[in-house]
Amino acid sequence: MKNELARDVERVVLFLDVNGERRDLLLPVHKTLLEVLREDMQLTGTKHGCELGECGTCTVLIDGRPELSCLLLPVQLQGRAITTIEGMAHGAELHPLQTAFAELGAAQCGYCTPGILLSARSLLESNAKPSRDEIREALAGNLCRCTGYTKIIEAIELAAGRMK
Amino acid sequence: MRDRPHPPLRGDLPGERGGENLKVVGRPLPRVDAAAKVTGRAMYADDLLPARTLHCRILRSPHPHARILSIDTSAARRIPGVVAVITGSDLPIKFGILPVTQDERALEHEKVRYVGDPIAAVAATDEEIAAAACDAIAVEYEVLEPVMSINAALGVPKDERIQDYGGPNNVHKFVALEFGEVEGVFERADHVREDVFFFQGNTHLPMEQHSAVATYIDGKVTLWSSTQVVHYVHRALAKVLELPMHRIRVIGAAHGGGFGGKTDPFAHEIIVAKLAMMTGRPVKCTLTREEVFYAHRGRHPVLMWVRTGVTRDGQITAMHFRTALDGGAYGSYGVASTFYTGALQTVTYDIPAYRFEGCRVFTNKPPCGPKRGHGTPQPRFALELHLEKIAHDLGIDPVELKRRNFVKPDTRTVNWLRVTSCGLEECTEKVMVASRFRERKKQAGHGMGFAISSYLSGAGTAIYWNDMPHSEVQIKVDRGGVTAYCGAMDIGQGSDSVLATIVAEELGLQPADVRLVTADTDTTPIDLGSYSSRVTFMAGNAALEAARKMRALLVEAVEAGGHRFEDVTFEEASILAEARFGTLATAGSYTPPKIAGPYKGSGVGPSPAYSYSACVVDLDADARTGLITVNKVWIAHDVGRAINPLLVEGQVEGSVYMGLGEALMEEQAFRKGLHKWPSMLEYKSPTFLDMPEVETFIVETIDPEGPYGAKEAGQGPLLPVPPAVCAALHDALGVWIDEIPVTPEKVVEALRRKEKGEPARYGPSAFPSIPYPPTIKVEPPPKDPSATAASI
Ligand code: FES
Ligand code: FES
Repeated sequence: MKNELARDVERVVLFLDVNGERRDLLLPVHKTLLEVLREDMQLTGTKHGCELGECGTCTVLIDGRPELSCLLLPVQLQGRAITTIEGMAHGAELHPLQTAFAELGAAQCGYCTPGILLSARSLLESNAKPSRDEIREALAGNLCRCTGYTKIIEAIELAAGRMK
Repeated sequence: MRDRPHPPLRGDLPGERGGENLKVVGRPLPRVDAAAKVTGRAMYADDLLPARTLHCRILRSPHPHARILSIDTSAARRIPGVVAVITGSDLPIKFGILPVTQDERALEHEKVRYVGDPIAAVAATDEEIAAAACDAIAVEYEVLEPVMSINAALGVPKDERIQDYGGPNNVHKFVALEFGEVEGVFERADHVREDVFFFQGNTHLPMEQHSAVATYIDGKVTLWSSTQVVHYVHRALAKVLELPMHRIRVIGAAHGGGFGGKTDPFAHEIIVAKLAMMTGRPVKCTLTREEVFYAHRGRHPVLMWVRTGVTRDGQITAMHFRTALDGGAYGSYGVASTFYTGALQTVTYDIPAYRFEGCRVFTNKPPCGPKRGHGTPQPRFALELHLEKIAHDLGIDPVELKRRNFVKPDTRTVNWLRVTSCGLEECTEKVMVASRFRERKKQAGHGMGFAISSYLSGAGTAIYWNDMPHSEVQIKVDRGGVTAYCGAMDIGQGSDSVLATIVAEELGLQPADVRLVTADTDTTPIDLGSYSSRVTFMAGNAALEAARKMRALLVEAVEAGGHRFEDVTFEEASILAEARFGTLATAGSYTPPKIAGPYKGSGVGPSPAYSYSACVVDLDADARTGLITVNKVWIAHDVGRAINPLLVEGQVEGSVYMGLGEALMEEQAFRKGLHKWPSMLEYKSPTFLDMPEVETFIVETIDPEGPYGAKEAGQGPLLPVPPAVCAALHDALGVWIDEIPVTPEKVVEALRRKEKGEPARYGPSAFPSIPYPPTIKVEPPPKDPSATAASI
């Protein structure tokens, strides 16, 4: 029966580096990083829109590169640096991208925002002064239904200008 | 993109507080929930996980139309980890958003009407077990012939009707109204033109999947949900669960996008509440993305026929408009949607005689309902293109022809809608000048198109008939702190920020100083919810009243102490007032004026104020591939007054984005009852790469009834985008695409027809013969040019 299959799963002990903190976990091998972050670590800032790798909402950074957490298995990630939206601010001080998004109204419902902020952070780390086309290219995998993207692009440019 | 400063701060504008120095209204301040949203702290419904939460999955119909012969849940119940299984017999009471169409059940046990109709639900210790248990439920069906198109629904059903109410065959609703006499006018017109258009259905696609969590403690249900309307969910729960309203509390969680798609009460909301009552444990249900496509309630596919008479110089003399809506399997908001396909044509153009016939049919597809613009983007598309074509017939510039017919401020339309402030002229001028529309050069493959629109600032009548206010706000002040309470639900449009801004303006504070309690049926007074663009106007007016009363108390206490209000701090003022009056609490409410016309069906269309938009689209179209690249969109929106220009721009830009998606790619279509593209990869929506530059102009007309003169911003600016795209395409390639979305295939096909010497057009060829009932004739309102809004 399906259920027994579901129950009788292989489990692994893992050490994950999330936002610079080491987390020890005992997990079913098939659990996705998205599920582990949200359900086992209560890091609910990482959102989901499809759980099929289609929308970009669940984006996190792995060693600084944007990846879709709904398609990743934690077993692949031992020793890699995982960054979620909860790890974006420096203590109480917001990242310049976060400040710019707030100031320019780049978050409306805010549901796509964590993923977009992390993609944008990765972009600015590799390209401090991206052109509009480079921003569009870097964020093409992150859908947003509210903003029409315009204010997001403006906010990334504002943050890039301030981070120089 | 912003390449210009924000509009100047107020103080130089005419109107209610014109000349006065508004401190926070009109400023581009960050939204009050910005920090929570950029840090991941905002808690959406699926982020909530109370201790001992059970997870719910719903078994849904695989057939578009079938009778349920039996449901066997015994195997599912035996699975370890399954705590409860329910079927339709546990929730037999019907519900629905409109009182006239209570036709849904949370779980169906007699008959299913679309693929995705819910049949049974499981609560289990985890989601995988719940899903496995759903698989273990055995349902026996007698499959019925599905009805999959408007034409099929108009014919005699092969097996049986989808619903057992409504008109003949599978007709749900007819509307037939005539204002003034059109027939004689057509005969006398210099030119009469008829056209047929089709607007395909599409869906909201909110980034957040619907989610709800319920608890049952001490005989009381609490539900957190990603809903746009806590009040209507509250009512539906009370009805189906047979609990008094005071034993139910509905709380709007942080909201991940609605666009109309979370405005109906949904099965999963009722199901988790019932399962919580049965198990005594919290129960959560989050829909999968595929389920969201089937939950739908989105844009109706609408077939339209329009006939208009004009004078030689393009003045409209009469119009006859017919619509046929493919409603899907249930009523939802469909009766209202049907009226809306005919109501607002007259709000932009002066139409002296107007006849409207509408028809909504049931089909075996997910129910359609309200999506941004509710029932009006489809006729707006048809109307704008139809007038373009008339202008071409007459050899008049389309912009000029439209302009000659613009409604004027402070008038009544032929169907009795009251128009107050109207910035159509100013909006048109703004986009004309900025886009250099008039100087454009004729160039194959490049085109520009223009269109206008209008939308409600809230519906003038409530969904269920009552005499109570549509929005209420309470304000509490103690020891320097201010809290405002309101049932309004912030769905990302910024209603919380609008409330805080208005209260702050009146009390001399910053929006961030105002604490808010919103969208909680236990602690906040009523607001009817975030739909029909009503919140800024209605909750805003309620907040204004409550805040002015509070200000009056503070001023009185300060002056009694021998000071001037301006000279003391807010904290000092509040201490003086609390000492003088005791607990400081004020309330305000808003009830729209009773302005509906004297005829049956006049309740849909009236609004205390209408927003206006004008738009120009610039695009390149490739004649070989049919591919369209939108280069730029200019849009001007008459918002009355921008309480926060940043939020208004955000609403306008988001509307343009969504309008472009509808115009060019989005399609909710079905094959044998199955959605053709039920995933975010296959259902195309615009990405960062597809989105052109948008230049937004905010036009302020200071509406006499809006708070500080404000009107709506969230829906109207979507409407002109699809017709402007089609007008631009005609400008570029000389073909008319009379069907939304405008896909490359349609463009290529129209060009092929043009080459062969056939009409250079792609679109529906005929409008079906529909047995509309006899038309109800309505006397238009008296045409008194001196009548002002106040006097009529
Ligand atoms: S949730 Fe959509 S890509 Fe991961
Ligand atoms: S802000 Fe709502 S989806 Fe992007």
